[in-house]
Amino acid sequence: MIRAERISKSFGDRRVLTDISAVFEPGKTNLIIGKSGSGKTVFLKCLVGLLEVDEGELYYDNVLFTGLDFRGKKEIRQQMGMLFQGSALFDSMTVEENVRFPLDMFTTMSYQEKLDRVNFCLDRVHIVNSNRLFPSELSGGMKKRVAIARAIALKPRFLFCDEPNSGLDPKTSIVIDELIREITVELSMTTIVNTHDMNSVMENGEKIIFIEEGEKCWEGNKNEILKSDCRILNEFVFANALARQLKDSSG
Amino acid sequence: MFRFLSGFGSYWMLLGRVFAKPEKHSIYYRQTMKELVSLGLRSIGIVTIISFFMGAVITLQTAYNTENPIYPTYLIGLGARDSIILEFSSTIVALILAGKVGSNIASEIGTMRVTEQIDALELMGVNSASYIILPKVVASVLFNPFLTLISIITGITGGWIVGTSAGVITSQDYIYGIQYAFIPYYITYSLIKTVVFAFIITTVSAHQGYNVEGGSLEVGRASTKAVVYSSVTILLFNVILTQMLLS
Ligand SMILES: Nc1ncnc2c1ncn2[C@@H]1O[C@H](COP(=O)(O)OP(=O)(O)OP(=O)(O)O)[C@@H](O)[C@H]1O
Ligand SMILES: [Mg+2]
Repeated sequence: MIRAERISKSFGDRRVLTDISAVFEPGKTNLIIGKSGSGKTVFLKCLVGLLEVDEGELYYDNVLFTGLDFRGKKEIRQQMGMLFQGSALFDSMTVEENVRFPLDMFTTMSYQEKLDRVNFCLDRVHIVNSNRLFPSELSGGMKKRVAIARAIALKPRFLFCDEPNSGLDPKTSIVIDELIREITVELSMTTIVNTHDMNSVMENGEKIIFIEEGEKCWEGNKNEILKSDCRILNEFVFANALARQLKDSSG
Repeated sequence: MFRFLSGFGSYWMLLGRVFAKPEKHSIYYRQTMKELVSLGLRSIGIVTIISFFMGAVITLQTAYNTENPIYPTYLIGLGARDSIILEFSSTIVALILAGKVGSNIASEIGTMRVTEQIDALELMGVNSASYIILPKVVASVLFNPFLTLISIITGITGGWIVGTSAGVITSQDYIYGIQYAFIPYYITYSLIKTVVFAFIITTVSAHQGYNVEGGSLEVGRASTKAVVYSSVTILLFNVILTQMLLS
């Protein structure tokens, strides 16, 4: 479980996050939605500690994360996996080396054990026969899947995904969404996903937090989101023509 | 001025993280081997070519500047040798490497920064500064003295080949000259400078790359700055070290 309490963050005199509180439960895919530039990435980076928060507290399973020193954070970080907005694969390494990297760094497994784990993870994200390829030789969707494989290599308890389906076609997006939901249940991870894609919201939205201009405006699940009377949320949800028509026709 | 001081501060803070205790020695060893190839071996070509021609030019210039019957011609060999050892093979080669290796390091690390690869390392709990930068520093500090020795040898050879074929000096005189009044300490001095310069090139350039903010435009800027800052720092330390070591 991850609990954020009244998180605020500014860059210089520019306030990006204001007083955000939220609870994220294990075994669930938690979504953070909002327009481009609303502060989703900054919020996620604050949660994992890549950015220092200015105010507020973060708890991982009731351990105060924001109060830990580098070593304490490191321990919790080894239970985190993250999928970055641009995949962030190491481009000097092959697919196999990328997924093996956390194992090399933090385990004492034998080479064969590591290789088995790597192949298991790659198989899990449906990447086959690509172990020797470099990231520059992969398509965007494959990169994301390899990045997911790398993120789950150490069986993390917390998974963070920054826009896992941006830049992908609708069908591949759905594959990735399903993948994330399945492994979340499988490993009973606490998963937090940033997205501005309404398809994923309707697919995965067990718990949704809506951020607008760095403030939390709404919280609920995918069934509630269509009925909410929050005006800004409605503008976001029904931004496209198809969604508007559906809403009008259903009354 | 404030920017300069804060840059200086962040440079020392970065060095502190670079030299923190490495996490896993086997991985650092493997990375260092990789860097030895990409920063060291891949620089041998350019160093050899430049040193050969510079050695030739230094010999010809020394010859034409001392066209005087009272100077014995073997002094040309001696003059060329000392210029090459004292200044060319350490400082000039370091400046050339600052251009080649420095921009390479800054753009590589800068790209890792803007594509969030550094964030990915940090998130796993890896000390990214140490993991990325330490192998480069170690590889350069270990390998650059060899580059300097290669440069000295090819430089002196270039002077010999071109000097004798241009007819400004005979082979016997040149060979006598380069052995005449030879001070081995000059080699030590040259190698000490090389090691310091290698440290400057790698750390200054890495600092520029590591602190990139923004996108590919900023990466380009960082790599230009890396070359300028490391070159200026090298020139400054050249004066300091010469005063310390030769006075
Ligand atoms: N390092 C930084 N320095 C200054 N401002 C920043 C920094 N990082 C983000 N911002 C600002 O914070 C705001 C929120 O950015 P963020 O990247 O979180 O948006 P986002 O919701 O993830 O958008 P997108 O959906 O496009 O990824 C933006 O206005 C951005 O300009
Ligand atoms: Mg974002």
